[in-house]
Amino acid sequence: MSSVTTKTREPEASFSATSLAKLRHKPWYKSDAFRRLVMCVLLGVLFTIMTGEQAGDDVFYSLNDSLTNWPWLGTWVAVAVGIWALITFHSYLLGNPALSPVHKVIKDATAEVKKVTPVLGRREVKWPLIIALVVVLALLPTWVSGFWNQVMVNEIAVYVLLAIGLNVVVGWAGLLDLGFIAFFAIGAYSAAYWTGKLPVSPPVELTPFLVIPVAVLTCLVAGVLLGAPTLRLRGDYLAIVTLGFHEIIYLLATNADEFTNGPAGVQGVPHPTLDLGFWSYEWTTTDLEQYWWMIMVIAGILIFLFLRLEHSKVGRAWTAIREDEVAAAANGVNTVKYKLMAFAIGASTSGIAGVVMASKVQFVSPASFELMFSVLVLAYVIFGGMGSIWGVMLGTAFLAWLPQILKDYVDEQDRHMYLGAILVIMMIFRPQGLIPSRRRKRELNLAKEGLGDADAMTEPVGGRVS
Amino acid sequence: MSNNTVIKQRSAESDTATPVIAVRGVTLRFGGLVCLSDVELTLNRGEILAVIGPNGAGKTSLFNSLTGVYVPQEGSITLNSANGSTHALLGQKTHVVNKLGLARTFQNIRLFGALTALENVKIAAETRQRTGPVSIMLGLPNARRAERASDRRAHNLMEFVGLGDKINELASSLSYGDQRRLEIARALATDPQVLLLDEPAAGTNPTEKLELAELIRHINAELGISVLLIEHDMRLVMSVAHRVTVLNFGKVIASGTTAEVQRDPAVVEAYLGAEMAAEMLDAQAQEEE
Amino acid sequence: MNLNEFWDYLIPGISLGALYAVIAIGYTLVYGVLQLINFAHSEVFMVGAFAALLVFTKIEPSNPSGLMSVGLVALGFAVSGLAGAGTAFALEKVAYKPLRVRNAPRLAFLISAIGASFFLTHIAGKLFGRDPKPIPDLFVNKKVFEIFGARVSVLQLIMVGAAIVMMIGLDLLVNRTKMGMGIRAVAQDAETAGLMGVDINKVISRTFVIGGLLGGCAGFLFGLNSQVTYTMGFFPGITAFAAAVLGGIGNIRGAMIGGMVLGIVESFSAWQFGDEWRYVSAFAVLILVLMFRPTGILGERLGRTA
Repeated sequence: MSSVTTKTREPEASFSATSLAKLRHKPWYKSDAFRRLVMCVLLGVLFTIMTGEQAGDDVFYSLNDSLTNWPWLGTWVAVAVGIWALITFHSYLLGNPALSPVHKVIKDATAEVKKVTPVLGRREVKWPLIIALVVVLALLPTWVSGFWNQVMVNEIAVYVLLAIGLNVVVGWAGLLDLGFIAFFAIGAYSAAYWTGKLPVSPPVELTPFLVIPVAVLTCLVAGVLLGAPTLRLRGDYLAIVTLGFHEIIYLLATNADEFTNGPAGVQGVPHPTLDLGFWSYEWTTTDLEQYWWMIMVIAGILIFLFLRLEHSKVGRAWTAIREDEVAAAANGVNTVKYKLMAFAIGASTSGIAGVVMASKVQFVSPASFELMFSVLVLAYVIFGGMGSIWGVMLGTAFLAWLPQILKDYVDEQDRHMYLGAILVIMMIFRPQGLIPSRRRKRELNLAKEGLGDADAMTEPVGGRVS
Repeated sequence: MSNNTVIKQRSAESDTATPVIAVRGVTLRFGGLVCLSDVELTLNRGEILAVIGPNGAGKTSLFNSLTGVYVPQEGSITLNSANGSTHALLGQKTHVVNKLGLARTFQNIRLFGALTALENVKIAAETRQRTGPVSIMLGLPNARRAERASDRRAHNLMEFVGLGDKINELASSLSYGDQRRLEIARALATDPQVLLLDEPAAGTNPTEKLELAELIRHINAELGISVLLIEHDMRLVMSVAHRVTVLNFGKVIASGTTAEVQRDPAVVEAYLGAEMAAEMLDAQAQEEE
Repeated sequence: MNLNEFWDYLIPGISLGALYAVIAIGYTLVYGVLQLINFAHSEVFMVGAFAALLVFTKIEPSNPSGLMSVGLVALGFAVSGLAGAGTAFALEKVAYKPLRVRNAPRLAFLISAIGASFFLTHIAGKLFGRDPKPIPDLFVNKKVFEIFGARVSVLQLIMVGAAIVMMIGLDLLVNRTKMGMGIRAVAQDAETAGLMGVDINKVISRTFVIGGLLGGCAGFLFGLNSQVTYTMGFFPGITAFAAAVLGGIGNIRGAMIGGMVLGIVESFSAWQFGDEWRYVSAFAVLILVLMFRPTGILGERLGRTA
């Protein structure tokens, strides 16, 4: 766009521009365009490495292979340079972007979407849509193959449950919880313990459904015990303490053989049963739909409860704390209490997911609770748009489904690498996520102008001098 | 203002002088820097007390000490509630201080910009409700009642400060003067006994200043709230304050009615410098002769 | 408690503590200027170790000794330090600066750093293999002398010596040079420092580079002490962060003390409870410290105080 205006400028103007440039003494290698070119070429090389071979026994194998694979390297670098050229010379290459047909199509499309969104929010449109969606989701397992049924229950549904819980902590309260999977583990081990499958036997044996309230309680207590002291401190300490807590739980699960049976894990956690006296039902390994429906019901209940919370005084208090902790406290909001509430609610949701997972796969072992899973759920929540339940669910479903689709093309071990990259890229270009919540988007915009915090990372006010 | 008898009644009460807030010998230090030194201050019930002083005199530090943001090393701050109980405020958490009945506004407006004006006020009103997360999640009748009550209260307060027509606008999109009013409404929503206003007139135009003076008198007279006011605008101070306390370099240098303080040599000196003050006092003395 | 064993565990504890101290300084420096936990610092450490591994695998030193060993160790420090500094520099440019420009919330910084850390870990795993690999011997790691029957090896001496040299150098750099003054100024009040003509971007970038340099060197030493793998950064990283908090985050001397304390605590808990519990102690100490003295042993200094 700027180049268009330069072309039409008067000669004097361009003369003064060049003399200004001379005055600034900016050599060519310091120009933005050149720096961008270097960046793009480096990115091209990076992509070559990222998509290259897995390492062999020799440390240099993968590196050598990637960097001598000329066609592949050349393609990536060419793409990178092409993108650079597009960014730098787009006005020469495409003409004025405001006039290009592509731009017009995008503009029209966004205008259409903007027209549709308020209609979707209307009560008489919204509810039928939600009901239709639920019906489609409920029928989904009867349409897809056995493999996808597995994926839906094991990968997607459990993670959606976890993401709904983490969203309360990260999205609504603005706290960073890196030990979320620790509570998942507590839930799963509770299930194993109370059904009598651990080396230590419980006072009474319960069925998995009855374990859920017990696990919720356990996780609530654990969450409060962990959160109460740390939430009084600066918010980013919580991240590291939860990380530490996760590792303690993980190491306990791995090493305390006499209680947890160590790395081998425990088997035979029973399937849930429902006995209402006049009607009873038992879940089995074979009918996966039943699990899908069970998780749908649990998720539905949680969403209903959490949305109520979000649109009540609790949700407003969370927003207030995120935006300006000092002002919130000065108006009587007990900031520590509300943070703790969010933290404990998230923890207990994770616990529920743990019980469900344990009784579904009938097997609990430390390998399911590695730190990576905490980061995974976090990535899902952020990708979807923290703060918006629908965004979070969609983001989780999408990111959990993607690796299964790409399974034949991308090595599964590379998954974490791409996840890390997604986190960074999202934070740089779209911190609000796929489907952002309205409040959060506004907050991020305000923060950009230097107003408000948009998270709960500052220290709770009061009580310290100097 | 609509009810003159109320005003008279209140000022009559303040003559009996029951202190609401008593600050005694408060000293606040940051490392070697003394922000407040041995500050004494009394706010009587139903009174509007202005705290004035040059920039950096420690006015906002005093507010922060009162509201628990800073903890002074020495001294005591006591609050005598209307119900007869007495509380020590020193070292209390900010939200506890608020709960005890001190609400404040900020020098640089601190609203929750991403929320609507009404929601801002509701947040404050709701800190006085006892409904817990469980009853909210289950939608129990008491939670619904509380929601309606806070809604009503917020609406009333918005009307009271004159923002009745801007209820659903985003707080960040309001004009500067309206944001000041909204902050006052939010503070009032916590049902305080004492309202601390930190330079409420800063950045407002003359018309807004007049309206603001009116509003402060209104709050004091109709709601019976004692007001502690930090302000640089002397016209506003002189028009609304019953008494004035002057701070300079963290010390109280004068205290009394507006007229007394205006004549105080130490105050004139603090504002104008020693030489000018001497000249002025001479001139005054000559006039009186 | 066996007194002989006490010394047997104290000495590795001290040398490990020296390493933690050096890594902790990286956290503390960045915390000082940005008020942020640099979650990806542990990967800087890992990259430093890999750089040394790559170079020495290429060189394949055969039975080095004497002057040859000294040269090799110096080369190791240079290579790993440079790699660490480069990684930290790139990290700041990619994962932090774009967010800083947009005034992003702190949550976003943390998430971006975790993403970067994850990315670096797993790309290293993909590129160099996921099995632990030893760095080839650079010297004969023989016993130098004994303290109360506990042997002190060459490697342990190098670790402690290098840590002391680096810490003294850093202390001088921060307290005596103009660059250090810039760092301290930004740490105290970035906005005012900017108004006074300090180039904040440059200071932040340099702080990352200094932290990365130290982290890379620590990675090399750690690699010599055990083995090099793509996940090696995690535990030392967390422990070093705990050390930084323990000493008082933002406080460079605090980081040194904190690192020493945690190294010894870890070594002793490995002795008392068994090796598999060694990391639990670090986390437990971290949580306890945060509960009872969140400002650390020496208090927060480099960082903003209020």
